[in-house]
Amino acid sequence: MTVTDAARESVEAVLEQDRVDSHLNPPATYDLEAWPVPTGREETWRFTPLKRLRGLLDGEASDARLTVDTTVPEGVTLTEITGEQARELGELPPNERPAALAAALAGGALLLDVPADTQVEEPVVLRLHGESLDDLVYGRLLVRVGRHAKVTVVLSHTGSARYSAITSVLVGDGADVNVLSLQDWDDDAVHLGRDSILVGRDASVKHTSVSFGGDLVRTHANVEYAGPGGEAELLGLYFADAGQHLEHRLFADHNQPRTKSNVVYKGALQGEKAHTVWIGNVLIRKVAEGIETYEENRNLVLTDGCRADSVPNLEIETGEIEGAGHASATARFDDEQLFYLRSRGVSDEDAKRLVLHGYFHDLIRKVGIPAFEEQLAATVEAELAKNVVEGLDPVSAR
Amino acid sequence: MSTLEIKDLQVSVTTDDGPKEILKGVTLTIGGGETHAIMGPNGSGKSTLAYSIAGHPRYEITGGSVTLDGEDILGMSVDERARAGLFLAMQYPVEVPGVSVANFLRTAKTAIDGEAPKLRTWVKDVNAGLAAMNLDPTFSQRSVNEGFSGGEKKRHEIAQLELLDPKVAILDETDSGLDIDALKVVSEGVNRFRGREDKGLLLITHYTRILNYITPDFVHVFVDGKVAESGGPALAEELEANGYDRFVNATV
Repeated sequence: MTVTDAARESVEAVLEQDRVDSHLNPPATYDLEAWPVPTGREETWRFTPLKRLRGLLDGEASDARLTVDTTVPEGVTLTEITGEQARELGELPPNERPAALAAALAGGALLLDVPADTQVEEPVVLRLHGESLDDLVYGRLLVRVGRHAKVTVVLSHTGSARYSAITSVLVGDGADVNVLSLQDWDDDAVHLGRDSILVGRDASVKHTSVSFGGDLVRTHANVEYAGPGGEAELLGLYFADAGQHLEHRLFADHNQPRTKSNVVYKGALQGEKAHTVWIGNVLIRKVAEGIETYEENRNLVLTDGCRADSVPNLEIETGEIEGAGHASATARFDDEQLFYLRSRGVSDEDAKRLVLHGYFHDLIRKVGIPAFEEQLAATVEAELAKNVVEGLDPVSAR
Repeated sequence: MSTLEIKDLQVSVTTDDGPKEILKGVTLTIGGGETHAIMGPNGSGKSTLAYSIAGHPRYEITGGSVTLDGEDILGMSVDERARAGLFLAMQYPVEVPGVSVANFLRTAKTAIDGEAPKLRTWVKDVNAGLAAMNLDPTFSQRSVNEGFSGGEKKRHEIAQLELLDPKVAILDETDSGLDIDALKVVSEGVNRFRGREDKGLLLITHYTRILNYITPDFVHVFVDGKVAESGGPALAEELEANGYDRFVNATV
């Protein structure tokens, strides 16, 4: 061994040591070999009913697509690019098997490009629609937002498919980006989605994931930073009905100093075998001094027979921070709240409706896209009307 | 004429050591236009009386009856009791995050009246009702009881009392934790309610202070789950001077 080799090795060893791995979020790579088919025993897959993925992890090729309906405002472009171009543009590589399969098999990508300094007032809405559960679909999307640009992007998913998607949002310095991903699938859809966001220096990003429909939805919302001063707010709202599996996995990777992340996910469950999973993870790397992070998950269990798993994690490599905290609570309706409302003459049903409305209202208000806030509020009301009232047993309705 | 009639009411709660009897036979009649004050030491069961009448699920009625204008209250659900004309101002009003005061008041008024209030007059009524309690109109956009100060919670309770206009109101230690200014505002609201025709009021308190502003027709001393002695306003004055010792010792 030459001296030069030894020196190189020691440098590599130092680099290796400095690269702290998150136990829940292995380093991202396109290499499919790194992502074997899960058995269900892995920490990252143990909550997911693999059988109900209907072969989405097998790696079968497919050229089926979701239809994309959109009106792109002036100054913004939506184009098809190759996978290679996607990588060159700085796509955030896959951090699990379905995202890696999507990158490998989507046969190109969509690029939504918002040039620097562009201010787009109206939300850019991509309506993604699947025709049938028979369709195996891989999706690959890049959203590139230039420095100091401001834009709101809505990804609305409807219809049905077996859909695996990798989405990267590259946010330039000082930009202001709001992303809403709405999972409003038909009852049988299967959706594995990974949204990763790179937050530029002093940029501000909001990402909201809303899951109502689908048989199985499992999404990641990941955020990392390209420079100091970036802020990310990750919001989520979900409503699981009987038999549904809705899983939301969050990762805030504080790899830059003075960055902020704030995570709030709220869910409700009703009906036999409604299952929700929320896994929050925050990694505060050694360099990430002066950061501030908070993650919170709340679940409201409306009927018997539901299951809500909620696991907040925090991995800390430096104590030189402004603040870090997390909270998780899973509960039924609060008897004292219901008593208070009912003592004012409000019926049991209406009291529950009011409490649930309030529970989600706080979050819906924060989404920051008025047209969709109304739609979300209406969907929540409709979900309630559908089941809670019918599902009440006569004793508790008393 | 509205009458709340409590007869030999017995109430238990479930504890880790089994059921515990809290009310041991309470008999009390509150006629229309009458104000009754119930005074008693901590733990005597005053609040239990209030919450049992309102129908809180924690309390089990083991005997006796409560009727409002002859109708059996105990057979009704919590909201039915409120719609029948009963109101409980709570000592610790509950937070309902995300539900605005305006939404809450309108929902409650609609439930009590059986129809939605007329929008134009209702908004005016709400603003006037809040203003009378020294609460400005932006108060109606806040979430119910969330982040309210102790005084704001109590003033909000009394604003509801005036807007929902029940037949009989029970105030559970509405005076506790209020400074003198807030106590005056609250008392004025209660007195406006009493000034309406045929209203019954049951005022539960630990202190005589509020009775300087709301003069009761009857005072009942509550000890160990029942009424130990009843009298006029003079009884409150005696309690102010001598405390509860005479009554507490008498039960030993």
